[in-house]
Amino acid sequence: MTAFIGRRLVSMVFTMVLVSIVGFIIINLPPGTYLDVYRAQLMVQGTSTADQQIQALEKRYALDKPVYYQYVKWISGFVRGDFGRSFQYNREVKELVWNRMGFTVVVSIASLLFSWLIALPIGIYSATHKYSFGDNIFTFFSFIGLSVPSFLVALVLMVVSSRVFGASVGGLFSRAYQDAPWSWAKFVDFLQHLWIPVIVVGMSGTAGLVRMMRGNLLDILNMQYVQTARAKGLSENIVIYKHAVRNALHPLVMSLGMSLPGIISGSTVVSIVLSLPTTGPLYFNALRSQDMFLAGTFLVFMAVMLVVGNFLADIALAVVDPRIRYE
Amino acid sequence: MAVEQKELAVGQELVRIEDLHTQFFTEQGIVKAVDGVTFSIEQGKTLGVVGESGCGKSITAMSIMRLLPEPRGRIVKGKITFFPPQQNNINQTSVDITALDRHSSQMRGIRGRHIAMIFQEPMTSLNPVYTVGDQIIEAIQLHQQVDRDTARARAIEVLEQVDIPDPERRISEYPHQMSGGQRQRAMIAMALSCYPSLLIADEPTTALDVTIQAKILRNMRDLQQEYGMSIMLITHDLGVIGRMADEVLVMYVGKKVEQAEVRNIFHNPLHPYTQGLMKSIPLIGLKDKKLVPITGSVPSPFNLPTGCYFAPRCPQAMDRCRREAPPETEPEPGHFVSCWLYK
Repeated sequence: MTAFIGRRLVSMVFTMVLVSIVGFIIINLPPGTYLDVYRAQLMVQGTSTADQQIQALEKRYALDKPVYYQYVKWISGFVRGDFGRSFQYNREVKELVWNRMGFTVVVSIASLLFSWLIALPIGIYSATHKYSFGDNIFTFFSFIGLSVPSFLVALVLMVVSSRVFGASVGGLFSRAYQDAPWSWAKFVDFLQHLWIPVIVVGMSGTAGLVRMMRGNLLDILNMQYVQTARAKGLSENIVIYKHAVRNALHPLVMSLGMSLPGIISGSTVVSIVLSLPTTGPLYFNALRSQDMFLAGTFLVFMAVMLVVGNFLADIALAVVDPRIRYE
Repeated sequence: MAVEQKELAVGQELVRIEDLHTQFFTEQGIVKAVDGVTFSIEQGKTLGVVGESGCGKSITAMSIMRLLPEPRGRIVKGKITFFPPQQNNINQTSVDITALDRHSSQMRGIRGRHIAMIFQEPMTSLNPVYTVGDQIIEAIQLHQQVDRDTARARAIEVLEQVDIPDPERRISEYPHQMSGGQRQRAMIAMALSCYPSLLIADEPTTALDVTIQAKILRNMRDLQQEYGMSIMLITHDLGVIGRMADEVLVMYVGKKVEQAEVRNIFHNPLHPYTQGLMKSIPLIGLKDKKLVPITGSVPSPFNLPTGCYFAPRCPQAMDRCRREAPPETEPEPGHFVSCWLYK
């Protein structure tokens, strides 16, 4: 097990270095840089020190040097926790990201929990009551959930929440609490806003999870050892929850690992529609305006999350399934 | 640990199956998997059930265990009565298994406790995510009020009885760390752990190689003596039947065609189907004897012939066989056959 973890850690580092190189190259691929845009802006404003400012920036980020030099400079800063500066916002990338990271994690984890808590019981019910009325109903709704785009659900829920509940729409806070310090009232207000993104983001994932759980469990229920468990005299509940469900969890644990990067980048469209102060829209804008250090930081973060997620999923799998432990 | 005193009355009925009809309701139609079968299993004896695949032998076993995929497959008619053996001089009352709810605690108390079952596929019969020991201990603690240490000691004891070397260590191994033969032994250990009165073994050695087959069968026979249990041995291998069975039941397309003591089945088979089965097994020492396969194939369950189901393949079929199904007769004591030749 220790050797397994060690091997995985080494390959993780390699993967991350590779991803950061490829990511940096891709970000630099489009013609021009943000500085060109910036220079044009300064020219229009007629700032007399434009050239000096640009040159200072060029020097600071070694933009006059070749790409590989820029990369090394940036990535060595990365290791020290200096992610560079966002041109567009004229602030440190670190500040920008941290500002939004808290809410992003809350929204993502809440919607992840929401979808798992809903999907697993439904999937188990659907599998154990295959083709029953209930199963058909759930199947119908999960296909709707899979096929309706989430931004549409977001719009519908916004209308509902404003018309029916009279709540303010969009964002995570009402205007009154936007800049207020944390208090109980602000927290309640936060929860009142949180449910829409949680449902919207969670729903598409839920439908997929239900289908996955149902399919896996149906396969497992046909296995001989499930019949063995029944032949022992175990009650149907123990047969299903202790003997079948645990074997049906593998692909779900794996998909949980894959969904970790989604915590940062996921649901960008929904976040834009709901104007959430999360990282998704920030990432989107950074890519659009060639804000290379901001975009690059996101890219590396997502790679880290993916690799770490897979690593955690592998460890979780080894806990769930002894066969993996001994390979 | 206290071994239960089970007073064995060899020859006394343990399970009686009367006119059992088990059917599957599929989209193509109804499959009469078991079609009016009657027989008994006696205490301490081994009943061999032979027949080609699809003849209903496994479904008969599943009906006794009430493990059919109800409601798709269910017992539509007939009665299965279980007579628990006398225990500590107290007569137990008989149980009508067909009348029980298959999920009821009473049925679950019979399953695994009084009637245990082992399956054909040792590679997949054990749950891969729990240790062999955990799975045996689970069965013991389910049916007996003992603490975990006692259950564990019993599990080690029973693993030793099925010839698993070093059971103290292997009890904490996972199924994938064992060979096919060892897994089947572990299954047998699990089945025996609660001292069942009847062990249903559905093709227990079919998936194993021949040398291991012989060892496991010998082990099963020894343990049968020790535990004083009955065995219902389902197989298509007549060699296994010859080695293990006291009484043999021959099934064909859901019906019982012949039943007799094992000697009579081998030396004086009456039904043309049984005769055909005998001619199709190789015997060492009989060089000139040619193997004769039974011609034709098993009829489709959706398109059964009228009259005797075996008539289309039967070398001795008469007109009457194609019109009417033969009733069961007893041409010699204890030897039952359903064939117009003996009417």
